[in-house]
Amino acid sequence: MTTKPILTEIGAKPLPQETHSCWSCGDMRAAHFCHSCGKVQPPVPVDYFSFFGLPPRLNVDVAALEKDFYVLSRKLHPDLNAGTGSNEQEWSLEQSSMLNDAYRTLKDPIKRTQYLLHLEGVELEEQSKNATEQARATGELKKQIVPPDLLEEVFELNMHLEELRMNKKIGDDDPALFEEIGKAKLSLEAKHEALLHELRTYWASWDGLIDSGATEERVAVRNKMVDILNRRNYIRNLLRDVNEAVERS
Amino acid sequence: MQESRAYFLNTMATDRIVGIDLGTTNSLVAFMQGDTPVVIPGDDGLNLLPSVVALDSNNHPVVGNAARSALIETPERAVYSIKRLMGRGTEDIQEELKLFPFRLADDMLAGEVLRIRLGDKTFTPPEISAFILRQLKRSAERFFGGPVTKAVITVPAYFNDAQRQATKDAGRIAGLEVLRLVNEPTAASLAYGLDQKQNGIVAVYDLGGGTFDISILKLHDGIFEVIATNGDTHLGGDDIDNLLITIALDDIRGDMNLDLRRNAEAVQAIRKAVIEAKILLSSESSIKLDIELPGGQRYRREITREQYETLIQPVIDRTVGPCKQAMKDAGLKPEQIDEVVLVGGSTRIPKVRALVKELFHREPHTGLNPDEVVALGAAVQANILAGGSEATENMLLLDVTPLSLGIEVAGGVTDKIILRNSTIPASATQHYTTQIDGQTNVAIHVLQGERELATDCRSLARFDLKGIPPMAAGIPRVEVKFLIDANGILHVSAREQRSGKEAEIQVQPSYGLTDEQVEGMILDSFDNAEEDFRKRQLIEARSETETILAALEKGKKSPAWGALTTDEKKQIARLEKSLAAVNAEQDYQAIRKAIDALNQGTMRLAELMMDTAVSTALKGKNMDDTDLGEGPTAPHPMAKAEFE
Repeated sequence: MTTKPILTEIGAKPLPQETHSCWSCGDMRAAHFCHSCGKVQPPVPVDYFSFFGLPPRLNVDVAALEKDFYVLSRKLHPDLNAGTGSNEQEWSLEQSSMLNDAYRTLKDPIKRTQYLLHLEGVELEEQSKNATEQARATGELKKQIVPPDLLEEVFELNMHLEELRMNKKIGDDDPALFEEIGKAKLSLEAKHEALLHELRTYWASWDGLIDSGATEERVAVRNKMVDILNRRNYIRNLLRDVNEAVERS
Repeated sequence: MQESRAYFLNTMATDRIVGIDLGTTNSLVAFMQGDTPVVIPGDDGLNLLPSVVALDSNNHPVVGNAARSALIETPERAVYSIKRLMGRGTEDIQEELKLFPFRLADDMLAGEVLRIRLGDKTFTPPEISAFILRQLKRSAERFFGGPVTKAVITVPAYFNDAQRQATKDAGRIAGLEVLRLVNEPTAASLAYGLDQKQNGIVAVYDLGGGTFDISILKLHDGIFEVIATNGDTHLGGDDIDNLLITIALDDIRGDMNLDLRRNAEAVQAIRKAVIEAKILLSSESSIKLDIELPGGQRYRREITREQYETLIQPVIDRTVGPCKQAMKDAGLKPEQIDEVVLVGGSTRIPKVRALVKELFHREPHTGLNPDEVVALGAAVQANILAGGSEATENMLLLDVTPLSLGIEVAGGVTDKIILRNSTIPASATQHYTTQIDGQTNVAIHVLQGERELATDCRSLARFDLKGIPPMAAGIPRVEVKFLIDANGILHVSAREQRSGKEAEIQVQPSYGLTDEQVEGMILDSFDNAEEDFRKRQLIEARSETETILAALEKGKKSPAWGALTTDEKKQIARLEKSLAAVNAEQDYQAIRKAIDALNQGTMRLAELMMDTAVSTALKGKNMDDTDLGEGPTAPHPMAKAEFE
């Protein structure tokens, strides 16, 4: 992620908007631009939710977010601050890049969830840098733990893929094999889709618990979401490998 | 004439920012006039300036139609489609070199910036593009009657960082401050949006001379938001031309036993003919090629539209993949797209239109001139930046980066830090540390592309972070910020967090010019500017001499001549002789003086001619009302003086 989050404690409320005077006209400063004279303000490192003036909740009104994005774009974009001094041009460049990064993250349900977990200090398996570095150094595939409920499916699929590779070597073509793999793919894609729905059901729980301060329950919900995301990422990577293998054959 | 010039000088804002389409085949310059963008014609009155550059016998650059003749007559002193070489290195233009007559400098070293030969001089691609830009700049200055120093220049959406930087460099060399680079399909959508004023999802299919772009945008209350973009920077009308040229050459070799592949003049003559044929085949069902070959033989062949379409199908089919990928990235089905806009001369080909209709399940929008729409859009963006007119005050462009940005990590793999189709400006931060005790530098290799392996991606630049305070290995924490600006160009800054020290970044662009090199080139063109200016004045003065002398010849044949006294006729004869004498020399001011003198001397003749009806027949082309300032041309010598 690009900016250091200000939220470090679980459940901390977002900081109130700082009020200073606008460097141009002296009026009260809003986060990004002066409400009075419209001038772009120097960027302040905040997390993406605070950037949009939103609480760190997982349920987000995406339509309202889009509206805000357009409004802020009109204020902050370098194109519309082109004839200004060089400080303002620099600020608008930084502000709009933060705006774009924040919008991109918050409007996508998966990215939003991952980001929030990141703010909580949680890292998903796939993103674990150590594992990545190690894998790259050794040239091996990163070892990801197979979700238990998928063990059988994954085992069978790996067998099919191995068969596919053998067939390719000897130049054999087995349409039935392709059909099997096709079916397995559909099953996985369905699971992938279903996990997103499952994730959404936990959002309401999470959002409800932020204010209540029940740490244990919150951690439980958080862990559940991490688990869902890990499984989803696993399936996504598996599907990618399958597609690659099929393409190459 | 003089009145219209004064009008323009009064109504022009002090900030004249023009929009420029620097195309593979043709270039244009445009400007927002009130609420409408208009193309500024060249001094030949044409809107399109062929992107062809040649060196004349004095080694001065000639641009446009004049250079096109040079392509056939002196091909080793001319070059076309230079855009194909912008921002590229020797290793990756091998295909290009096979298909196009680019001549590399003899003394090219590995890893050096490309230089190509024109005659016995060499130029980098940005310098050649700068000649084209300078020509457009002059046309604009003539139009406004004043200096033009700021521009918005368009680039293919799929241009990478090096190609964009090269375009900016070309602008700088030409004496233009490039305020913004705009992606061509996005610019086209601006022209379309200004024209149609409708919200919705628009796809822009841009098939030009050398590049193909497909962009999908959401138009919403004046906001033009690119959702996805894709393309191919080696695909365009040139490829169709090359197919036809190859067929012709093969035919000639087979039927006439004549191998003309190395005969540059012949190849260019064939090229000119097949381009004309290609254009005709968009409306005719068959055409006949008839080319004169060296040695006097003629190559004749009929090509039907069916044959032509079969031939070019593989080229056109290459646009399908990027279109499908763009729709996939946008998460949209063809039915969800409201409009498809066609851009680029090649979209006039009926087969292309049929393909577009099939891909997007609708008839494409053809209301805009595909040759001019990009330049017009650039003018709109220029207007937005200038804070211009009422028409554009609600407009804003939100574009994306077309290629993922990555860092090379251990194992030769690319770690993507900014994904493709991310709205720009966009940024990403990475943290680095040292491997060895006391290490003060960290090397970073930045790439663009979608592939996994660094070798399959495009090397952007290598950055050396220097000045890291020496510490034990693994202790320093260097925060590197990668920022892609609104032009789609990368900026890197770094800070060692423990000491708070800004790390110095030395950039080795993989394919580009360093700042010093560009600076050197700007100075070079200024040195020539004085001389070029004088030469231009001389040429213009001489052309006026020709005009006035021709008019005088006509005047001598008119009945009004007989009404002059003998003295008057002697006077005129003397002045005419004087003028002819100075005209042969190099002093343009002396020529002007002599022209003025002859003008004065023939004033009564002109009045007499006006009185007779014959005078209207003498009005030359210059007097046509083109509603543009004419620049420094003299009024017709035989007409009554109109100005102060």
